[in-house]
Amino acid sequence: MAPKKDVLLQVRDLRIEGYSDEQWIEIVHGVDLTLHRGEVLGLIGESGAGKSTIGLAAMGFARDGCRISGGSIEFDGLELTTTSESDLRALRGSRIAYVAQSAAASFNPAHRIIDQHTEAPIQYRIQKRVEAQEDAMQLYERLRLPNPGEIGFRYPHQVSGGQLQRAMTAMAMACRPDLIIFDEPTTALDVTTQIEVLAAIRDIVDQFNTAAIYITHDLAVVAQMADTIKVLLKGEEIEEAPTEQMLDEPKEDYTKSLWAVRSFKRPQKARPAGPDAQPIVSVKGIEASYGKTKVLDDVSFDVYPGMTVAVVGESGSGKSTTARCITGLLPPTSGEILFKGEPLPPRYQDRSKDQLRQVQMIYQMADTALNPKIRICDIIGRPAQFYSGLRGTALKSRVDELLDLIELEPSKYYSRYPTELSGGQKQRIGIARALAADPSFIICDEVTSALDQLVAEGILKLLDRLQKEFNLAYMFITHDLATVRSIADEVVVMQKGKVVEQGPKDEMFTPPHHPYTDLLLSSVPEMDPNWLTSLLEERGTDQIGEAADV
Amino acid sequence: MGDILQLVLRRLGLGLITLFVVSILIFFAVELLPGDIAQAVLGQGATAETVAALREKLGLNDPAFIRYFHWLGGALTGDFGVSLVSGERVSDAISTRFRNTLFLATYAAVIAVPLSIFLGIIVALLRNTLFDRVANVLTLTSISSPEFFLGYILILYLAVKTNYFPAIASLSADMSFGDLLHRTFLPALTLVLVVTAHMMRMTRAAIINLLASPYIEMARLKGVPPWKVIVRHALPNAWAPIINVVALNLAYLITGVVLVEVVFVYPGIGQLLVDAVAKRDFPIVQACCLIFAATFILLNLAADVGSILTNPRLRHPK
Repeated sequence: MAPKKDVLLQVRDLRIEGYSDEQWIEIVHGVDLTLHRGEVLGLIGESGAGKSTIGLAAMGFARDGCRISGGSIEFDGLELTTTSESDLRALRGSRIAYVAQSAAASFNPAHRIIDQHTEAPIQYRIQKRVEAQEDAMQLYERLRLPNPGEIGFRYPHQVSGGQLQRAMTAMAMACRPDLIIFDEPTTALDVTTQIEVLAAIRDIVDQFNTAAIYITHDLAVVAQMADTIKVLLKGEEIEEAPTEQMLDEPKEDYTKSLWAVRSFKRPQKARPAGPDAQPIVSVKGIEASYGKTKVLDDVSFDVYPGMTVAVVGESGSGKSTTARCITGLLPPTSGEILFKGEPLPPRYQDRSKDQLRQVQMIYQMADTALNPKIRICDIIGRPAQFYSGLRGTALKSRVDELLDLIELEPSKYYSRYPTELSGGQKQRIGIARALAADPSFIICDEVTSALDQLVAEGILKLLDRLQKEFNLAYMFITHDLATVRSIADEVVVMQKGKVVEQGPKDEMFTPPHHPYTDLLLSSVPEMDPNWLTSLLEERGTDQIGEAADV
Repeated sequence: MGDILQLVLRRLGLGLITLFVVSILIFFAVELLPGDIAQAVLGQGATAETVAALREKLGLNDPAFIRYFHWLGGALTGDFGVSLVSGERVSDAISTRFRNTLFLATYAAVIAVPLSIFLGIIVALLRNTLFDRVANVLTLTSISSPEFFLGYILILYLAVKTNYFPAIASLSADMSFGDLLHRTFLPALTLVLVVTAHMMRMTRAAIINLLASPYIEMARLKGVPPWKVIVRHALPNAWAPIINVVALNLAYLITGVVLVEVVFVYPGIGQLLVDAVAKRDFPIVQACCLIFAATFILLNLAADVGSILTNPRLRHPK
C-alpha cells in the first residue's frame, strides 16, 4: 500500500442539492472526506447513496440539475467551491481525472481512441500531438492492452469493453493527475474481464503514486482496491475505516447488513425421479444465427417443474439468445424445443394462446420493459385479460391478488405509473406481469443485475416463494455466480454459443471443473483484500491477457 | 467502402422505381382531368374537323397506356414533347427556367445552410439564454409568415423605401454575375428566411439531444471548453438528423418557390408550372412534376448517403 504523505483533498460538510418536482432537495447531507497523496479511498453504498455525486463534486463538478449547496472542497490548497468555472476546467483532466462506469458509452463514437486520449495533454500544452501519442502507446503497453502501438488508432466500437475500460484508465493518466475518480469502472464488465481491469488500475495507481476515489457497490471489489473504505447511505456517511478493519469488524448495523447480504441460500432440489417424471421444457440441440453469424451451436438442456436452472456465461455467450429461441422470438435454424414432451412451433406466431401463456419472461431492465405511460393495473391486467378473459371486477380482484403476491399494497399501487416506483418495485411489477398469465415456466433474464444487493436479495426471495407456491420452473439467466449459488438447482455454463458444462449446482461448484467454468468461478471477487494479488500470482500475468479474449 | 457503394446503388435503383411509379401517377392524374384536351386547346370557336385533326396530331386517339409509354420513352431521352400553347419544345421551355430556379435555390442554400447550422450551434451553446430565445422567436416568426408576405415586406423596406435592391428580379442575358446576385438578392433572402428556422432548430435539437450522453460528460470532465464540447464532441454525432432536414429544405427551395417567383416576377420553373396549369399545357405540367419528383428522390438519397458517411460505426466496420 502506498505511503501516506500530505493531504491532497479535504472535503468538509459537503452538501449537494438536486432539483426535482420544482424544488431543490438535499441529496448529500454533510459528508467529510480526507484523502492523502497516493491513497485510495473506496466509497461504497447502494444506488442513491450519493457516491457518484460526491465523486464528481471532488472535481468541483455537479451534473445538470444538481448543485453544491454547502461545505468546502479543498484540493491541494485550492477551495473548489469558490473557484471560477474556467479555473475548475483547467484542473479537470490535468490534475483530477475521471474514469466512467461504461467506457463504451463514455468514449465519443466519432473519434479515434488516441485522439480522445491526447485531447487533454494537447489542450493543456503539456505535450505536442506526437509526444502525446507516444506517451499514450506507452500507457497502453503498461495497461497490457494488445497491440499498444495500433489499438489507439481504432474507433471505440472496434475495441472490446474490457479493453476500452483500460484505454479509459490510460486516458485518465494522460496528464499524470494527482487524483483519479473511478466511478464504478468494472460494474458493466464480465467477471473475467473485470479482473484485468482491476489489476491494471491497481498497477497504474501504484506506479504513479496517484490518489484515487474508487466508487462501487461491490464490496469484494473495493476490498481489492482501497486503503480506506467509507460506507454511505442516502447521502450520509455511515462509517469509515481502513479496509482490513472494515471487513473484519464493521461497527454499524447497516454495514453489517451489507456484509451479510449474500447470505440468502435455499436448499438445492433434485430432479424428480421415476419414469413419469418429465421435464417441463426441454431444449434439444438448437442452433440459431443472426444473419450469417451462428450464435447458438447444439444447445441442449432440460428444466423440470418447480426447479431453477441457472444459465451462466459471459456476455455474448448466447444466454439471452437461447431465451429468445424458447420464447419463439428467434426461430432456431435446427433442433427443437419440447414443452411437456410436445414440440413447440419455432415461431411464436404459430403457437397457440395456451402455449404462449405457459412461457413468460422477466427482463433485466425493468425501466425499459415497462411502458411508462401505462398504469400498473393495466400493465398487470392486460395479460390476465388476454390469457384468461377476465373483465370488470374479476379482473380487478385478479390484479389485486397479483399485487398482494409481489408484496405491493394493491390500494396504494393499483393506479400508479411505473415512473413513480423504485427499481426494485418496478422489477416486482415485471414479475407480476409474468405471473398474470398463470405460466408454468418463467425465463428470468438478468433480473437482479441492475439492482442493489439488498433489493436484489428481496427479489430472489420473492421468486423463491412464488416458485414454491405455484411450482414454477425458472430458467435463470445471469452472469453473477453469487446469485447462482443462492437460488439455482442446476447450472448450465455457456461459452461462445455452446454449452460447455451442465449439472446439479453442488457438482458444478465442486472441483474438478471444465477449464472455462474454473475461470469463471475463480474470477468472482472475494471479500479477502489479498484475493486479487494471490489470484494474479497464481495465474501469472500472461494468463490475464488471455482471459480478455475468452 | 464497397458496402457503401452497394448501398448507394441499391438506393438509386429504388429511387428509379419510385420515379417510375410517380410518372404513372402524374400521367394518369392529368388523364383524369375532365374535358377534351384538343377542345380545350382550340377553345370555343373550334370546329369538329379541327378538333379531330388536332386529336390525330397529338395522338389522342391511341389508348392511354400506349400514349404513356410513348411519353415515357420520350422523357427518358429528354424529349417531353411539344408545348400545346406555344408549340415550343418542352425541354427548351423548361431548361432555361429550371436553370434559373436552380440558380436561385443554390443562392439561397449557400447562405441559408451554413447560416442555420452556425446559428444552431450558437443557440445550442447559449441554450436557454436571451440570445437563444430571441433567435428562436425571430426564426419562428419568419417561418410562420407566408412567404409572399415576407417578400412584400422586404420589397417595401429594401426596395421601395430605401432602393437598395430591385423589387423585380427579371433577368437578361447580358447581365454580369454581380448584377445577377444583386438583382436576385430579395427573392433569395426571402427563401433564406423561410428555410433557416427549420434547419437551425433541428441543429439545436440534435446537439442538445446529445448533451446528456456520457461521452459529453466525459469531455466536460476532461476540461474541454464548452464550445469545443459542442463542435468537436456533439456535432459529429448529430449530423444524421441535420442532413435530413437540410435535404428536405433544399428540395423545398427547388419545388416550393412558386409564390416567391410570382412575387418577384422571377422566371423560374414554378411560374412556368402555374402558367401551364392555367393554360392546360399538359406536356409542360407533366415534365415539371417529373423533375420535381426526381429532385425529391435524389436529395433524399443524398441525405441517406450523407447520414451513413457521417456515422463512424458504418464508415469503420469492425
